[in-house]
Amino acid sequence: MSIIDVSNVSKSFGGVKANTNVSITVEKGGITGLIGPNGSGKTTLFNSIVGYHPIDSGSIKYEGQEISKMLVPEIARLGLLRTFQQTRIYGEMDCVENMLISLPHRKMSIWDTFQKNTAEDREKAENLLDFVGLYEKRFLRSGSLSFGQQKLLEFAMALMNEPTVLLLDEPTAGINPTLINGLIDRLKRANSEFGITLFIIEHNMRVIMNMADTIYCLAHGELLASGTSEEIQNDQRVIDAYLGAH
Amino acid sequence: MAINKNALYTILLIVIAAAPFVFPNYGVQLATLWLFIIVAMTWDMTGGQMGYNSLGNIFFYGTGMYVAAVIAIGLVYDVGEYTSAFGGGRYDFTDAQYFTGFVLGVIGAGIFCAISAFIIGYVTFGLRGPYFAIGTLGVAIAAGELVSNWDWVGGGQGITLPVYPGNLDDGKVFIYFAFAITGVVLFIFLNYLYKTRFGAAMNAIRDDEEKAEAMGIHTMRYKLISWALSAFFIGVAGGISAFQIISFEPLESAYQTINLGIFMVVCVLLGGKGTLWGPIIGAILFQLFKEVTWNYFLGWQWVALGALIIVTVVYFQDGLMGYLRTVRPEWFGQTVEEKSDDAAGEAAR
Amino acid sequence: MDQIASNIGLLLQFPVVNLKILIDGMMIGALFALAAYGLALVWGVMNVKNLAQGDFVIGGGYVSWWLVKNVGLHPLLGVPAAFVVMALLGGALHGTPIHNWARSQKTAMIWVSALTFLVFIVATYLGDAAGSVAGYAGLILTILLVINGGIYNLVISRVIERDLFTSLLATFGLAIMGAQIMNLLFGSDTQSLDLGYDTLYFADGLIDVPIAKLIGVLMAAALAAGVVIFMKSSRMGQAIRATAQDARAARVLGIDTEKVYAFTFSLNAAICGAAGAIIVMVWVIQPFYGITYSVRAFVVVTAAGLGNLPGVIAAGLGIGALEQYGSHIFGIGYQQAIAVLLLLAVLVYRLMQQKRNRQVLQ
Repeated sequence: MSIIDVSNVSKSFGGVKANTNVSITVEKGGITGLIGPNGSGKTTLFNSIVGYHPIDSGSIKYEGQEISKMLVPEIARLGLLRTFQQTRIYGEMDCVENMLISLPHRKMSIWDTFQKNTAEDREKAENLLDFVGLYEKRFLRSGSLSFGQQKLLEFAMALMNEPTVLLLDEPTAGINPTLINGLIDRLKRANSEFGITLFIIEHNMRVIMNMADTIYCLAHGELLASGTSEEIQNDQRVIDAYLGAH
Repeated sequence: MAINKNALYTILLIVIAAAPFVFPNYGVQLATLWLFIIVAMTWDMTGGQMGYNSLGNIFFYGTGMYVAAVIAIGLVYDVGEYTSAFGGGRYDFTDAQYFTGFVLGVIGAGIFCAISAFIIGYVTFGLRGPYFAIGTLGVAIAAGELVSNWDWVGGGQGITLPVYPGNLDDGKVFIYFAFAITGVVLFIFLNYLYKTRFGAAMNAIRDDEEKAEAMGIHTMRYKLISWALSAFFIGVAGGISAFQIISFEPLESAYQTINLGIFMVVCVLLGGKGTLWGPIIGAILFQLFKEVTWNYFLGWQWVALGALIIVTVVYFQDGLMGYLRTVRPEWFGQTVEEKSDDAAGEAAR
Repeated sequence: MDQIASNIGLLLQFPVVNLKILIDGMMIGALFALAAYGLALVWGVMNVKNLAQGDFVIGGGYVSWWLVKNVGLHPLLGVPAAFVVMALLGGALHGTPIHNWARSQKTAMIWVSALTFLVFIVATYLGDAAGSVAGYAGLILTILLVINGGIYNLVISRVIERDLFTSLLATFGLAIMGAQIMNLLFGSDTQSLDLGYDTLYFADGLIDVPIAKLIGVLMAAALAAGVVIFMKSSRMGQAIRATAQDARAARVLGIDTEKVYAFTFSLNAAICGAAGAIIVMVWVIQPFYGITYSVRAFVVVTAAGLGNLPGVIAAGLGIGALEQYGSHIFGIGYQQAIAVLLLLAVLVYRLMQQKRNRQVLQ
């Protein structure tokens, strides 16, 4: 069953066509990958889905509901969450505070928000920090963490928010190569244990081939190929796009 | 710090309660000090804690004054007739009428301001950064101009309220305690609010609103509620001010955009924005500065004030609390560790 | 209500009154446009939202007025004079050899300015007889400021890279100080200069256009044209436009952005000063009138956007005309309120526009 339906979406900035007639489906409960060379329009597509800019034509549906005209916070409140390519965390706060801010406000009543955080909230925050391997650093100012750790923290914050779908923009970029295997493992567990649907932009072929059930490949703003990782790996057009033979 | 907090608060409460009796000659100044503390704390709710720098909070002060006055008068007489007599004529208020008017007027002012904050905020909170500051300033200026053309509330001449029934010194003490109780209630409320999820969400909006939106936080709802709460308290303070000043007009005393409207911002910046105590300390410092310059540099007080604003904003924007935070971070319960063991990740950046 | 209806009726009955209002409005609007163009410049290039804009205008007016009254300058020459003085005050000398020399003599400079300041205060206290002394002391103080790089060096250069609210508040402090200093120097009476020129009449005397007003508007147009040509063709203009687009890239390419900023700010002060000198010939000035021009400048820039000169001119003229219409229909007491409500209306309109693009106004 599909949860995000992107059909025939086009988006151009001035004269530059960032996306042309892109159609993509994200299956509920699965891991979907989106690959493509630099400038192929991956992040533009992400931004269109989560509401950062209007699209020129086409439609984007989330659980059957049209979201292409909704605003960022409205879409986020449906349970469709994203992380940023350049991480965004609250640098002045410590890790636990960052986690507590990420509590799913969409599930709270106004009365709940006027309460202090409960012991369970803190426990959940610390468990998730443990899950991504930041437990030791939980009381440090998050701005003093390294870039890789900040990415992990952002990932943990996203999990704290209990999303239905999580859109990850290059989760392994800038992360220490020795930590990448651990991260892949955690992403898979987030998918299997917490039941979160993942939609991932990734440059690192090894990572995405290891994880994704379905992979879409964009080039020059158009959908080039789609299929399982095997099919993509053997697709001549994908290989050409990555080797620059166009 | 090993100071018992409860003991500290008890001492403070005693000082607050004793102040008007120990310094009976400074009743007005002490009441004004409370006014400054209240408006500074309320400004800090949106400006310091939420990052929305309003230059138009004075709108709620002026509106509070007018609403309180209209309610207090309207309970007894026809407002239009009353104002057209400009404080003259035989308009007497009994003791009971005065106090009912005071209580209902002040509370009504708070509620009216909270509601108007919802309505105005619905439009202005779509604005960010400088546009929000300019937009709110515009609301305040426009309100002042419109009220001064509105004859029903006295137009440019303003309104004159009944004076305190009985001894004038008692009246000063009465006003002092009205302000002081409002201020203490506000402090207790904020002390709680900043520790809740709501307070955390306000900070999240300040630090990175886009991220907060992307996390599904109801940014608009939080902005509206916190502005309405702060408007409630400014409205109450404005209402009390109306009974303190007794005779006021729209442009110079009610919607005093460049006086109190800016003073409250300077108070917060002086003390340190985004902290619980900063606005209070800043208000005290500012009030001292103001009294000194008004008394000893008459004619130059505004120049000195402009200079103070510039120096604070340009050279000392984190204020006293911000300064202390950088010098003594452990007082604020912060842990700092500079070393990073993920050096490879750092390098890959 | 009846009053408003009858005012509107008057407009419909005598179409020529419309023309008169339009002409009056567009004449003052031309000066709003001038101040707004300066604001758009500092806003766009330096990201400084200058709330002291109107006080620069009034300051320029007083410079011209003082020179005419005390030195005997011809009022028309007051315009270039105000241009130059306000440019110096703004920081035109920043980075020049004389400024660098003064920087090396820091202690001496502080002592000299403290001393003149003292002289100035004493002179003010001595009352009328010492009035001229105070004036000259003020002038000396001004020159000292100039040597120190002007307002730019003391305040503006320190707020450029800071968050947006900082510049707004700092210039607000500047505005309060400026208005009060002018009040102490020149008194709180309204002032104007009379050129003694005739008035032209059209349409049976219903439309009156004083020649002085016409000259003022023409001078404003000439100034605007001069600035545009300068920005388009000179090296400095090019550097300013480059810095506005990307200050970091400009720095990398060897443009001294600090110098560009100082120049831009003093250019803005100069434009405002000239506008003020025109205003004092045709309308009146008063130390506290600055805020009205600041508000208009903000309305115009918000409506037109940055870096859009035709838009600024159109919006400036439009605001002038709308205000005249408004005060004709609702009464003169509503003039300021109308300007501010226009600002709010523009903001709301832009907000709705942005919302369609799933964006916010920031």
